[in-house]
Formats: sequence, C-alpha cells, structure tokens
Amino acid sequence: MSSEITPKAKPVKSTGLHVGDPAPGVKKVDPILIADGVKRTFGGLTAVDVEHVEIPRNAITALIGPNGAGKTTFFNLLTGFDKPDTGDWSFEGRSLAHIPAYRVARMGLIRTFQLTKSLGLLSVMENMKLGAKDQTGENIFRGLIPSLWRKQDREIEDKALDLLKRFKLDAKKDDYAASLSGGQRKLLEMARALMSDPTLVMLDEPMAGVNPALTQSLLDHILDLKAQGMTVLFVEHDMHMVRHIADWVIVMAEGRVVAEGDPHEVMQDQAVIDAYLGAHHDTDLGSTDTGHVEAIKELIDDEQ
Amino acid sequence: MEPTRTVPTRSRGRWLILLGILISALTLSGIAASPAVADEGGTDDPAAEEEYEYFFTGNVQFEGEALEGVLITVEGNGFDAETETDADGRWTIGVPEKAEYEVTLDQDTLPEGVVVLEGQDTVTAEFGLTKRKAVNFFLGEGQRVTVNYFDQVVQRVVSGLNFGLLLALAAIGLSLIFGTTGLSNFAHAELITFGALMVLTFGVNLAWPLWLAIIVALVLSAALGWTLDAALWKPLRRRGVGLIQLMIVSIGLSLALRYTYQFFYGGSTSQLPGATLPSDIRFGAVALSWVDLVSMGVSIVVLLAVAFFLLRTRIGKATRAVSDNAPLASASGIDVDRVIRIVWVLGALLAGLAGILWAYFRPGVSWDMGFQILLLVFAAVTLGGLGTAFGALVGSLIVGLFVEVSTLWLPSDMKYVGALVILIVVLLFRPQGILGRRERIG
Amino acid sequence: MDWGAIFGNAAVELISPTTAAYALAALGLAIHFGFTGLLNFGQAGFMLLGAYGYAIPALKLGWPWWACLLTSLLASVIFALILGIPTLRLRADYLAIVTIAAAEVLRLTFTTNEFAPVTGSANGLSEYQRDLLTLNPLPDGRYGFGPWVFSDRAWFFLILGWIVVILAALLTWLLMRSPWGRVIKGIREDEDAVRALGKNVYSYKMQSLILGGLFGTVAGIIFVMPRAVVPSYFQPTLTFFIYAILLLGGAATILGPILGSIVFWVLLSFFSGFIARAVEAGWLPFMTQVQAGQLRFILVGVAIMLIVVFMPQGILGNKKELAFVK
Repeated sequence: MSSEITPKAKPVKSTGLHVGDPAPGVKKVDPILIADGVKRTFGGLTAVDVEHVEIPRNAITALIGPNGAGKTTFFNLLTGFDKPDTGDWSFEGRSLAHIPAYRVARMGLIRTFQLTKSLGLLSVMENMKLGAKDQTGENIFRGLIPSLWRKQDREIEDKALDLLKRFKLDAKKDDYAASLSGGQRKLLEMARALMSDPTLVMLDEPMAGVNPALTQSLLDHILDLKAQGMTVLFVEHDMHMVRHIADWVIVMAEGRVVAEGDPHEVMQDQAVIDAYLGAHHDTDLGSTDTGHVEAIKELIDDEQ
Repeated sequence: MEPTRTVPTRSRGRWLILLGILISALTLSGIAASPAVADEGGTDDPAAEEEYEYFFTGNVQFEGEALEGVLITVEGNGFDAETETDADGRWTIGVPEKAEYEVTLDQDTLPEGVVVLEGQDTVTAEFGLTKRKAVNFFLGEGQRVTVNYFDQVVQRVVSGLNFGLLLALAAIGLSLIFGTTGLSNFAHAELITFGALMVLTFGVNLAWPLWLAIIVALVLSAALGWTLDAALWKPLRRRGVGLIQLMIVSIGLSLALRYTYQFFYGGSTSQLPGATLPSDIRFGAVALSWVDLVSMGVSIVVLLAVAFFLLRTRIGKATRAVSDNAPLASASGIDVDRVIRIVWVLGALLAGLAGILWAYFRPGVSWDMGFQILLLVFAAVTLGGLGTAFGALVGSLIVGLFVEVSTLWLPSDMKYVGALVILIVVLLFRPQGILGRRERIG
Repeated sequence: MDWGAIFGNAAVELISPTTAAYALAALGLAIHFGFTGLLNFGQAGFMLLGAYGYAIPALKLGWPWWACLLTSLLASVIFALILGIPTLRLRADYLAIVTIAAAEVLRLTFTTNEFAPVTGSANGLSEYQRDLLTLNPLPDGRYGFGPWVFSDRAWFFLILGWIVVILAALLTWLLMRSPWGRVIKGIREDEDAVRALGKNVYSYKMQSLILGGLFGTVAGIIFVMPRAVVPSYFQPTLTFFIYAILLLGGAATILGPILGSIVFWVLLSFFSGFIARAVEAGWLPFMTQVQAGQLRFILVGVAIMLIVVFMPQGILGNKKELAFVK
C-alpha cells in the first residue's frame, strides 16, 4: 500500500465490466456492492427509489445526476448513515441492511462527506491516526497503559506520515485541521479514509470547493486508489472529470437510476440529457431536508 | 381503596384554633406559682410523666366546646401510641425520646359537621427547648365528603387542562425561539416570573386597578423580549457564537435575573388580588373559582390567536418558514432578523401571560416561580417535538394533565416527578417527540 | 473593615474540601462537555447519588466505607445508562434536557416525605462518616498555621479530597493522551466523521458519560463528608455553578477545572465577605445583609455570560484554538 505509483498522463480505463446491454440495473461481471429495492421517503417526498444497481469491483464508478436526484441520500443509505424505508443491499456478499455505520466502515467501506468533516481542533496527524483500524489503545482500560499501545501507535504514525507525504500534507502535520484550506481538507479526508486500508472508497463530491491547482493531484490520487486494487464510487458534478477518470457511470434523477454505462455513451443517452435539462442547476440550500419548505411554498402562493 | 377528601367550608372567621399556646401560657404561670413541679411541666397527667420524660399535649375544642373521645395518635422514631381526649378536650401522650413525631387526629372520631383543615389532620411535631410540646389542630365547620374516584379524576383532569393551557403559553414561545434561532432558552423561566412580578408591582404595590396592571405587565414583558433580543441575542448571533455557547449564556442570564428578582422582591411569596377566591362554581363534580374559568378562557383565546397568527398571517408564515429552513427562507427574501425579533417579543409576551396565570394557579408570586416550572415547559416542548409550535401545545396539555392526575397516586410533593419520568420514557420510544419529524434526528 | 477575616476566609476556600469537590465534579464535566461535547446538565444528580449512595447504606445498613463507596459508584453507572440509552443517539440538546430533568427527579425523590425513613426527606442525613473516620491517621486536635487551622477530622477530609482530585486528574491526563482520548475528541468535533472511520460512537459517548458521572459521584461524597447531606444542595443551580467553574478554567483542559474551582471559590468568598462587611459598615446603605448574600449569585450569572462571550477558552484553554472556535 505504501508503494508509490506514478500518476499516469492518460488513465487506463477498465472495460468489460457489465454483462449484456448497458441499461439501468445491468448485471456486472464482478460486483462489489449490490442494492435491491432501496427506497427512502421524507414526509411525502421520495428521495431515493433504486430498484437494482450493482457497483463493479476494482473500477472507478461515477454517480451523477442533477441536484435533488438523491445521490447523497443514496450514499447515506449505503453507508448506514440513514435508514431506508425498505430495501436490501450487500457488500462483498454480506447484507448491510440494519448494520450501523461504524460496522459498515469496519467492513472496508469507507466514505467521505460532501461538506468536509475534518476534525478542526485535532491536528492533521491526529486526524490521520484516528483513521487506523483495530487500535489497542482505543479501549478505555488499555488506553490507560501506554506500553500496551505505544508500539502500534508508532506504526500508525509512520503509515500516516507516508500517506501525508503522498498527499503533500506532511509539512502541516502538527497544525490544527481547521487551519487547512478547503482543498487541503478534502485531501486530508481522503488520506484519512485510506488509513484503514478500505476495499471500497465512496467519495461524495471530492472536487467541490477545491482550488483548480489541486484538482489534478486529487484526480491522480483517485486513479491511484484503483491502481492499488481499491474500488471507487464517487458523486460528482464536473462532467469533464467524470469523463476523464470514470470507468462506469450511473445516472440518478428524482431518486431513480435512469441510465448506466460507459461515460462517453451515457453522456449521449436521451434520458440523461432530459434529466439534466429538466432540473435547476442552482445549489441546494437545505442540504437534504427538502421536505420542510411548506411555509415558504404557502408564502409564495400568497404572492401570486 | 376509596380515597377520601375533606372539603371544609371556607368561612375563615369560624376557625377555632386550639390551643397549646393557651396551655403553655397556663403552664408558665404554673411555674411561677409552684416552682417545685415547674421543670416537669404540668401535673395533669402523672401517668405519662412517670413513663416518659417528653410528651405532647393539646386541647381539642370547637367553638368553645370541648370535644371528648377524639382519637389522637403519635407515631415516629419507631414508637407509636394513642390516646383519647378527656371530658375537657385535653390529651397528653408521652414519648421516649426528644425527636420528631407525627401526631394525627382521627377525623372519624370528631362529631358530625366538624373537620380538620384540609391536609392538616397530621402534624409533624418536634420538641423545642422544653420537654413538653403543644400540638394544635385547626378545626372548622364542614362536611367530610367521600368524593368518589371518578369525580376526583374529573376534577384533576379539569385542573390539569388549566395547568396545561398555561404551560402551553410559555412552551409555544420557547418552541418558537428554539425553532427560529436554535437556542434552548433557559432564561425563559425568568420571562415567566417577570409577568407575575410586574402585576405584583403595579397591581399590589402601586395598587393600580388589576386590569391596568395586567396590561402594563404584558406590555413590559413584550418590551423585555424586544430588549433581550436587541441588546443580547442579536449581537451574539452577529458574532457567530455557537448554539451551545448561547445556551450557556442563557443559563447565566437566568441565574443573574432570578437572583436580581430575589434581590428586589425578597424570598417570600405574595398573592395577587383575587388569587384566593373560593372554588364555588360547580359543574357536576368539578368545583372551580372564577379565576380558574377566566384563566382557561384567556389561555384558549390566546392560543387560538397564536395559531391564527402562525397559519394565516404573512409574518406568521414567515416565522414558520424560518423555523423550517432558515437559509432557504432568507434566500426567499424573508428578513430573518426581523422575524426573530418578532418571535422574541411574542415569546416574552406569552411567557409573561403564562406567569400571571401561573401566579393564580399556584397561587402566589415568588422570585423563582418560573424556574419551578421551567423543566415542565422544556418537557412539554421536547415531548411535542423540539421546534414545532403545535407539538408544544400537545406536549403542554399532556404534561399538565399528567402532573395533576398523577396526584391521585403520587404524593403531591412528587407530582412533577411523574411528568419528567414520562419525558424520559417518551424519548426512549419516540425520540423525535409526539409531533416531531423523524428525519430531523441525525 | 476586618480585611484579615475577609482574606482569611478566602484563603480557607483555596484548599477547602468543597473546592476539591467542585474541582472533581468540574473535571467530570470536562470529560463530558470539554472533551466529548456531551451536554450533561445533570451533574448535580450524579453528585446526589454519590452523597446518598454513600450515606444511606452507611446509616441504614451499617456497611463499611468501601461498600458504601461501591454502592454510590454502581448507582451512578446505572443512572448514566438510564440517561444515555435514550439520548446519546439524539441531538446534543436532548441530552441536556433529559439530564437536567433526571437530576430533578432524583432531587424531588429524595426530598419527598414518602421515603423519609430512608432519605430523611428535606432534613437529610448526617453522621455517616464514622467508618471512614476510623482510617483517620491524624491524632485529635487542631493543626495548621495562618488562616488554615482545622481539626484533625477536617484535615483528614481535606487531604483525602485533594488526593482523589489529583488521582482523577492523572487518570484523565492518561486517557486524553491515549488513542481513546483521540476518539473522544474526534466525537466532539464531528461524530459522523468518527463514525465513518469505523468507531462505535455511541459506545464511546456512553463510556464518557459514565466516567465523567463517576467523577461527579465521588465529588458528591467528598462534598458531603465535612457536613450533613440535604437534598437542597443538589438543585440545578449546582450544575450551573460547576459549568461556570469549567468555563472559567478552560473546558477542554485537565488543570482548568481545578484552577477554575479554586479561583471561583476564593473570589466568591472574597466578594461575599467584602460585600457583607461593606453593608455592615454602612458603605452600601441601599442594601441589606440578605441582599448582599444574593448579590453573589447575580455575579456568578453575569460571569458565566461574560466568560462564554469574551473568554470562551477559559484561563488555561489554548489561545490558538480561539481562531477556529465558532
């Protein structure tokens, strides 16, 4: 994992991931994550209603769609941060329904967040160390006796330092995470996720708010993950980036999967064009709780 | 078991207060006359004196007439004894130790038409510097009515509704403030107290007419809400102080205000005009006073007005919009700061009104009266679902009813316990509250 | 004006067992609030369980001191579980409301006449120290110098109290520099992020609630050792005072709560003494002795507000943090 892999100028695309014609819910040769009938409603609003979807192993899959398509909610459902009304989904053949978020993470499915969640008043190094799995000293009683965890902690620190170097954050290791720029926090969050050697990395809008100077390095890091044998699923708005690095694209609109396929083909799909043209492109203000706007609607009705 | 309740008639002039004081006076004069027996007290009852060193005495009379054969029991400290009054109405019971005992007068042994003042048939007595302690029972004319269980429930339910409605006034304000600003305002208790204190100041201390005092109190309450937001909360929001920090500021404010009230008004309880009217309006089993009726009426009218405000007026809808989603409301052109200012004025006004009604319900005005019900208000808001105004109403009624009805099984000094336990239990099963939205909980 | 007495009384507070008890309770709250971000407003309830959990078995069952101590610790753990199970999955303010409510339930239950034979109701309990005092190695008499002249019994409770405070501070220090402490602090910053890294956040919050609660419980025992226990000590105001101490010293520090408690009590004693004497001397003709006593509560309230707004990191808090604290 610590072996350095030089970023490629032109990413190598994985092909032959699916079985049969690419269509919503198409079977994959080697799926790592399978979701079936996952449905989530807020009040009367259906946020997610995915009949069947498979995520191919050791490939980079992009999840795209207009705002309010339910991408982040779907992410939350898959990782145990939200509970669906109905549905079942499995990761490496093990059902994830009713599994709490922390167990999902321990199984090797690590996610990042749309709004970065760096732990502001912890140093960059502490942030990284927190990402490591199975730490002896994280037990309250063993934590009291430094000799029990000191050695492991040093190993974790070395590993963290390696990763920080790769992400060019090593100079900042003793600074508060709160002092980093938005892009650096995205990098830190990704690096922290890698501390646990995950098999599937789920990135929620990794490019949002990132300084253009950093985008290329972030892209390289994502390609790196695949080269190291990990699977990546990411949500993104930037079509250019999707076309550039994704091996497979899943398109969501109004909670459903409307198209799937190779990035270039999907972009020409009529359903995708409709989905994008039919939706507003303004940023959503209320993150996920779009259901709570009744009073505003009433006010607007009054005006008319 | 059929609980019984005594309902004495409230003609105060007829209380006959009886009287160890008198006996003590006699005994003291006895000391002067015959020093030989002085230190052992009286000599009326040599038996008790021989057996024990300490004893309780009393004299049971009603309207100047001695009552014979009234059963008196003493219990406590692992000791119990009983005696009956003699032909002169006197009784004496010796006890082994200088300690605290409960002395009970058995009401069933009183003649027809005579009762002990409600809740005072048992007196906790302790010896002072002497070995003899006089114990008094306050007798009155009245009927011991065995109220049947159903009637008691009805009476408690009505009382609970009254209490719940006044809680709702305070709770809706708290809930609106929470909804629009995210602040759990611990100083809401002091807004409640403020209303009652202002009526006390103008209506009693300055002796203005009550209606005028109440109007002035409400206006001042609203002004206090305006001032607090303008001078404290808005600047703090501007500084970007976090919600938890704001909550702690409200705790500091609550302490400072509460003890400022005590500083100026002292620690005693005062009554507002009309607070002690008799409960002489009867509807079947339910006895109410005029104040109770007016209180409930005012609560209902005001709550309906608030509902109208929130549902039908522009500014009310804007308030709900800010509660639902402040950034979106702001983006839709709503002046969030103005809405919050209105919510503070409204919240303080409602709290002040709740305080006035609470002063009549308790009854009494005191410096910490708001703090006494603050947790019940919080419980009501949480039960209904944090931040939903109508949830606060439902939660208040549940808390009010529960507090009052639970006195049928719980001792009255435990009545708030039941409501707070309910809060914890409800959160176990329905964490978002009764009317809360599930998805708000992360 | 008798400045000697005013300073003397203030100096006594510097090391009094009450100061130690408040320091320990504040340290428990530092674990809850400062390190984990849990809003426990029921610290008074944990202290009450300590006081009564010790006094009742000692008086009614004649148990030895260690059995009484274990009883109160057990009661405290059960209390923490009851509070935590429903609320630790919810937003932070639910814990605040439930803890303050539960602490009041306890206080009212110990105040009611219903259980007077066991709890002594409003009059409380006394004379439960006997068994612990058999351990007192100090010979009878009064010792000390300057303003610090106490009986052997007072010294014993004082020394015992501060030893416990030091041990608790050491324990907290060890924990907070361990990986356990790292997870705890991570939860304070953003519990979802920590959850996404595979940590059982619920369990960690529960451990923190129990540990800080145990500190509060032991603080309750220390608090009532030199006196009798009555339920009215454990009003919500007690919790608010402990918050004031914690914020004054620095919420996410280990020595902060201890220093906070010392500064708080010394200043409070000095201020009360000064005002009382000033009223006595007729310097403040508009104020009575009783009012002078209330002035200190007003002062504490104002101090809490000012500290939160103008000195949110407290005396010992890291100034560097301030730039990032919202």
